[in-house]
Amino acid sequence: MVTTTTSPPPKGPDTEARRSKSTARPGDKIFLGLSRGSGITLLVIMAAIAIFLTYRAALAISKDEANFLTTSEWNPAGNPPVFGIAVLAFGTIVSSVIAMIIAVPVAIGIALFISHYAPRKLAAPLAYVVDLLAAVPSIIYGLWGAIFLVPYLDGLNKWLDEYMGWTYIFDKASDGLARNLFTVGILLAIMILPIITNVTREVFLQVPKMHEEAALALGATRWEVIRMSVLPFGRSGIISASMLGLGRALGETMAVAVVLSPSFVISGHLLDPGGGTFAQNIASKFNEANEFGRDALIASGLVLFAITLLVNGAARWIIARRKEYSGAAA
Amino acid sequence: MAKRIDVSGLSAYYGAHKAIDDISMTVEPRSVTAFIGPSGCGKSTFLRTLNRMHEVTPGGRVEGKVMLDDENLYGSHVDPVAVRRTVGMVFQRPNPFPTMSIFDNVAAGLRLNGKYKKSQLNEIVERSLKGANLWNEVKDRLNKPGSGLSGGQQQRLCIARAIAVEPDVLLMDEPCSALDPISTLAIEDLIGELKERFTIVIVTHNMQQAARVSDRTAFFNLAAVGQPGKLIELDDTERIFSNPSVQATEDYISGRFG
Repeated sequence: MVTTTTSPPPKGPDTEARRSKSTARPGDKIFLGLSRGSGITLLVIMAAIAIFLTYRAALAISKDEANFLTTSEWNPAGNPPVFGIAVLAFGTIVSSVIAMIIAVPVAIGIALFISHYAPRKLAAPLAYVVDLLAAVPSIIYGLWGAIFLVPYLDGLNKWLDEYMGWTYIFDKASDGLARNLFTVGILLAIMILPIITNVTREVFLQVPKMHEEAALALGATRWEVIRMSVLPFGRSGIISASMLGLGRALGETMAVAVVLSPSFVISGHLLDPGGGTFAQNIASKFNEANEFGRDALIASGLVLFAITLLVNGAARWIIARRKEYSGAAA
Repeated sequence: MAKRIDVSGLSAYYGAHKAIDDISMTVEPRSVTAFIGPSGCGKSTFLRTLNRMHEVTPGGRVEGKVMLDDENLYGSHVDPVAVRRTVGMVFQRPNPFPTMSIFDNVAAGLRLNGKYKKSQLNEIVERSLKGANLWNEVKDRLNKPGSGLSGGQQQRLCIARAIAVEPDVLLMDEPCSALDPISTLAIEDLIGELKERFTIVIVTHNMQQAARVSDRTAFFNLAAVGQPGKLIELDDTERIFSNPSVQATEDYISGRFG
């Protein structure tokens, strides 16, 4: 780095000595080796995972007698083997979308309350409680969901069916407990709430005071300050936080597996029991599957991986599209 | 409409700390009054009491009276938000809204105040940008972000934003301290034009600037670090810089301290 500087070269007899000394410091060398090694290791691990997944998935898909993407059946042990991910993709996306619709606005509200409304005495404990939510293991959420939330939501389901049934999605066509995608979505919303809240809160706290004062000095009320400077500045942070939450919702396994009563049916009636998600399906089937069955499950996992990549790519694109308007430039 | 500011017995606090003590002064309409003094003397704090921005700081609190013509800004029925709509402010570092275009930046205050037709907005934005001597530089890129402008242009954009709502008073908190000499000159020329329409109060660390732009100059000082700042004297700028009546003012102006 020193040799590429554009400033005029320093004069003096010790220039050369200092230069070589600065590149030869053992601490620098060790640190360079460590950080370079970590970077390379990461790439190697990623490549190994990708190769393994793709290879095993290809083995399974090549023997699949049905269309892997559009089939609503999972029977890799049958003769001929028939399996497809349509139900899993539908269930994963629908439950995650429900979770996002519920969690993102609530998380932004909590984050704004902690960062801009709550008195300091209340803000710190509240932030701590939100952190605690993130520390609860997902199997606990699953048990709580299955034992408490499912019976509790029965009433809500009946109410939705009766008054919102005309919307089709809230029309409960078959009887049964609320072990459905709607309940899973609510549970996922609670699980991803802390991560979204924490990240957006950090971003809101970083809004430069001068941006907020600009709005205040124009005669903005507290809400107008938030609308004019806090939310626009935090926009990319909100998107990143939501993507982190979505990533967790898409991949959540245990909580979904405990709550959902799985079935290989695609139903637009969100209150009907049944459906499935990628992660839940892998978790429930992996132990009893033979080697080919496991390859088939790995193939479904690869699709989940691809969906997650797509979602992240879309988020980056949204953030980059308005870069010149972002607060980072100021 | 430019209005007269009449301050009496004003003290400001940060929590238990008294930042300025018992300040009284009058600022005439359509004039420029400069606040000078060493760092920490409370001149910025005092400026921020004039549009009730001081109380935004946690623990910030004010005692005393600020009359704007015949209305007490600290009267019990007065809404601080309404005060800030009539007393505009320009800050030390240019702070256009980074996510808004140049046009939207100037229109921001108007949109807070009420509904305007598109044609009215266009007219007021153009008038304000012309008033801030920025129109010719930005008229072809009104839809571009304000943060893409140079520092001096951004500061004039902030001035345009402040004058777009036709405030009674314009407060400027070291508006040129982050700018190069040429941009500084542009802002100083602009202040000379703006005082035809507004009552202007400017805080500055640059004594030449105070001498160049202001009609009246107020010198603030503090007895020691941790003590509240006080108004030492307020007089015609010419007199402050040639023959001040207090020794401390002369010491400060001639560079003997501060």
